[in-house]
Amino acid sequence: MRFVENPVGKKIAMSVTGFLLLAFLFIHLIGNSTIYLGPDGINTYAKGLHSLPPVVWTFRIVMLIIFALHIYFGIKVTLENRQAKPNGYAISKNINSTLSSRTMIWTGLIVLAFVVYHLLHFTLQVTQPHFITSKNLDYLGRPDVFKMIVLSFQRIGITLIYAIGLLSLMLHLTHGIQSLMQTVGLNNERFMPKFRLFGLIIAVFLLVAYLSIPTVVLTGVLKA
Amino acid sequence: MDLNLYVWRQKDKDSQGRLEQYKAYDISPDMSFLEMLDVVNERLIKEGKEPIAFDHDCREGICGMCSQVINGVPHGPQEKTTVCQLHMRHFKDGDTIYIEPWRARAFPVIKDLIVDRSALDRIIQAGGYISVHTGGVPDGNAILISKKDADTAMDAAQCIGCGACVAACPNGSAMLFTAAKVSHLASLPQGRVEAAKRVCMMTEQMLKEGFGNCSNHYECEAACPKGIKVSFIAKLNREFIKAQF
Amino acid sequence: MILDGKIPSGPINEKWDRHRQNLKLVNPANKRKYTIIVVGTGLAGASAAASLAELGYNVEAFCYQDSARRAHSIAAQGGINAAKNYPNDGDSIYRLFYDTVKGGDFRAREANVYRLAQVSVNIIDQCVAQGVPFARDYAGYLDNRSFGGAQLSRTFYARGQTGQQLLLGAYQALSRQVYLGKIRMHPRTEMLDLVIVDGEAKGIVVRDLVTGEISAYSGDAVCLCTGGYGNVFYLSTNAMGCNVTATYRAYKKGAFFANPCFTQIHPTCIPVSGEHQSKLTLMSESLRNDGRVWVPLKKGDTRHPNDIPEEERDYYLERKYPSFGNLAPRDISSRAAKEVCDEGRGVGPGGYGVYLDFADAIKRLGEDVIRQRYGNLFEMYERITGEDAYKVPMRIYPAVHYTMGGLWVDYNLESNIRGLFVLGEANFSDHGANRLGASALMQGLADGYFVIPYTIADYLAQTKPAAVKVDHPEFKKSMEDVQARIKRLLSIKGKKTVNDFHRELGKVMWEYVGMARSKEGLNIALKRIPEIREEFWQNVIVPGSGNELNQELEKAGRVADFLEFAELMAIDALHREESCGGHFRVEHQMPDGEAKRDDENFCYVAAWQYKGDDKAPELHKEPLVFENVKLAIRSYK
Repeated sequence: MRFVENPVGKKIAMSVTGFLLLAFLFIHLIGNSTIYLGPDGINTYAKGLHSLPPVVWTFRIVMLIIFALHIYFGIKVTLENRQAKPNGYAISKNINSTLSSRTMIWTGLIVLAFVVYHLLHFTLQVTQPHFITSKNLDYLGRPDVFKMIVLSFQRIGITLIYAIGLLSLMLHLTHGIQSLMQTVGLNNERFMPKFRLFGLIIAVFLLVAYLSIPTVVLTGVLKA
Repeated sequence: MDLNLYVWRQKDKDSQGRLEQYKAYDISPDMSFLEMLDVVNERLIKEGKEPIAFDHDCREGICGMCSQVINGVPHGPQEKTTVCQLHMRHFKDGDTIYIEPWRARAFPVIKDLIVDRSALDRIIQAGGYISVHTGGVPDGNAILISKKDADTAMDAAQCIGCGACVAACPNGSAMLFTAAKVSHLASLPQGRVEAAKRVCMMTEQMLKEGFGNCSNHYECEAACPKGIKVSFIAKLNREFIKAQF
Repeated sequence: MILDGKIPSGPINEKWDRHRQNLKLVNPANKRKYTIIVVGTGLAGASAAASLAELGYNVEAFCYQDSARRAHSIAAQGGINAAKNYPNDGDSIYRLFYDTVKGGDFRAREANVYRLAQVSVNIIDQCVAQGVPFARDYAGYLDNRSFGGAQLSRTFYARGQTGQQLLLGAYQALSRQVYLGKIRMHPRTEMLDLVIVDGEAKGIVVRDLVTGEISAYSGDAVCLCTGGYGNVFYLSTNAMGCNVTATYRAYKKGAFFANPCFTQIHPTCIPVSGEHQSKLTLMSESLRNDGRVWVPLKKGDTRHPNDIPEEERDYYLERKYPSFGNLAPRDISSRAAKEVCDEGRGVGPGGYGVYLDFADAIKRLGEDVIRQRYGNLFEMYERITGEDAYKVPMRIYPAVHYTMGGLWVDYNLESNIRGLFVLGEANFSDHGANRLGASALMQGLADGYFVIPYTIADYLAQTKPAAVKVDHPEFKKSMEDVQARIKRLLSIKGKKTVNDFHRELGKVMWEYVGMARSKEGLNIALKRIPEIREEFWQNVIVPGSGNELNQELEKAGRVADFLEFAELMAIDALHREESCGGHFRVEHQMPDGEAKRDDENFCYVAAWQYKGDDKAPELHKEPLVFENVKLAIRSYK
């Protein structure tokens, strides 16, 4: 049997892709946080990033594949699991499972939708035709990413979409991180509670860190 | 005490089942849950009705035959206790109790509360053993096993094969059952020789039988009457990764 | 008829080796032409099925449970004996042999017991190789504990679940052969008749417990590994499904039933709590290693046990049997408990209970050590009684636990019917009139792993493979009989349930054929049993049909057989005018109340032959010859 068809193999595929996506979240966060340095920070970063198209595109394609695999296995596993449990109980009780663990597929799909929106919003910039960065350059002639972000998050609707996406992500990671430790076999009785806590801390940290940007914009701390 | 029961009744494998209501009267708190059902059944028989079919045998919590989901929890509300060892002192007069069979695609209902668990046997048949012939083995003390390893093996080997883990799992996965056997044998030097093949064969059989995948809800651990830990699933995962190299 | 046990000649320590030399062999290419039917998948059945399949025979294995792993061997807690002498405390094969013969009150066949002691060491090795997680010490060596009836530590254990672990070892070996296609496993299938063709056992008739279908299986030999008949008492520590049907059906087809009155009452069970009780739960005898058994000195002392001062307690086992104390053998401990309760000094509801107290052990060793040793037993006790035995002494009372009697077999484990082999508790066994703790597991596995693979070949070598097929008229006849009986049970449609009758039978058996038996009582039993049986066939109600899963019908068939078998037990108990081991006749006791054996007149195996429903069974004797031990009064003082 092929590795990816084995019940454990599938889970390991989920875990490894999940781990890489988690790693990407940190890289992306470092990039994002340049916004706190003002327009010079994030605009320099954006320009630098886009000055190396082969690197950017390779990275994007790899990420796309990882993301697609994670989604593919996630959906496949969920469908198989539903099939394996066609009928529920008249009374159902959950003892050890959590809201986070039971909603993985839904939080995952919300995150997917959010990522699509996020790409349309900031990368392809089709949701806001009135502000295209390639046409709005800053004083040094760089695409004014800073202004784009600030103008966006000043709108409560957009911030709300981001908040929902990020909250789903947090919920997804709360289970996802400790689950991946278990699946790759790093867990044991002693580490189990530590991994749970660790997963929760990282999930909350990422939520706070990512959400801080729309929050500071919306509250007017960061202005264009 | 008197109780209000809702019990799953299903004539046979192909019939449609449903919950039916029964009353249990004069139940003593010293009765076991199955003795309570005995009382109900004796009355049903005398009334000319068909008694409730349920699996049970040793009634001392070790054979793994009894299998009922009580109020949504396999083996009922008491931790680390099989249905046969659950006593009525954990219920109150007037309680309503839902009794359902194990539910999973791999466990088709045969009748009422009885399900077919032969899929678990086939998982063991696929590799849950050490391939030793009778005779021609070394002295028992020729294989030294640290107390820690022997204890770990015993912790895992306690599994009674009742299938509560599958019944509790939202995905109908038999991962805890499989992990217990894999871990038991992989913890012992005698079992290492076949460890790689064993974990692959057993997990593949699990898939073939129609069990779901583990997504680490850990409901199995809560339902296990022997308190088998999900850390053994992590061990199975480790064994599976090792087996790839 | 004087029965011949076919005991090989020569010095006892060479008998088995010599015998194996003389047994015929089946060559490997021919083995696959033979089919062996194995009924029951407990320690004896699973180990036999696996070992025979490994040798190349085709095996058809049957069990009534939904999986081979659930046979009642699984419930044995304490351990398994073996003469390994690992602790260097003076054990030897001879000593294990001697302890077993003495423990059985000199009513076992010497040569069988010696062989059992010899192969006991192989069993441990085999089980370790299979991955049975026996307890280990810190250096990684196998650990031993002591057990009732022995003055040394020769018991190997896997926490409190030794039977479970040994059975899983055998079940796994069996599963491997199922995977390899050498064993066809038939779970949820109950044997209802034995088929004999030209005087040889050639098949069985079974009922598929799911579909109700009656079918026949033919084979070249039949191994019955169907356990004991303790459930004739209704309440026992046996599983609910344990029954006498397979062996009783064989008896009705001509197999001799040996020593049916030898039943063992286990001293450490949880007392009965009420009429609703469906079974009794045993607490491992290993508890007696650290627990002290006592009752109040005064009659009817209703004080809380912790309020009864030391000087007002009677540690009666320590008092009566100073050298063995709380570790006195099972029959002796059980009877001592009954005695003190009959004196009115019993404790707990109904006054049928004695204390098993761990306070001293907890003081000496600390609660943690006790928890480590017996934690699961204490938990089990609390689950059932709702009491915490770390704080309050446990209450225990004897309960029927094991039956030493069974189908008569010779040294080859073959019954008087050619081709019918009987293994484990189902045979009349190596335990004589009483079985020592941790010896049942040893016997089941010895028979299955190390005896039957040799002895069955000797029979098969003399038969033509697959000579009889299921189309033989004997099979048809047997199937018709089985169907007619089922039809009859279903057609009665009376007023009382199967359980009502079983409970009634149990009360008679416990009262008159239980721990202490008298001529008068046995005669009452012999009057009552046929009455109950008669009413059963007039007034039992079995709902449903025969063509479906019908648990009441299963029970009805088993209880119907118990109702006949019970009479045989009482007849045997009445005929044995002596007290020995588990069989205690009040007429035959020493002045101090100890059992009084009669070696002059009863040093034999009583094997009963069925002569017809309305006729008394015929007694055949196999004299027991003791060449290696001196018949002595079995003293544990």
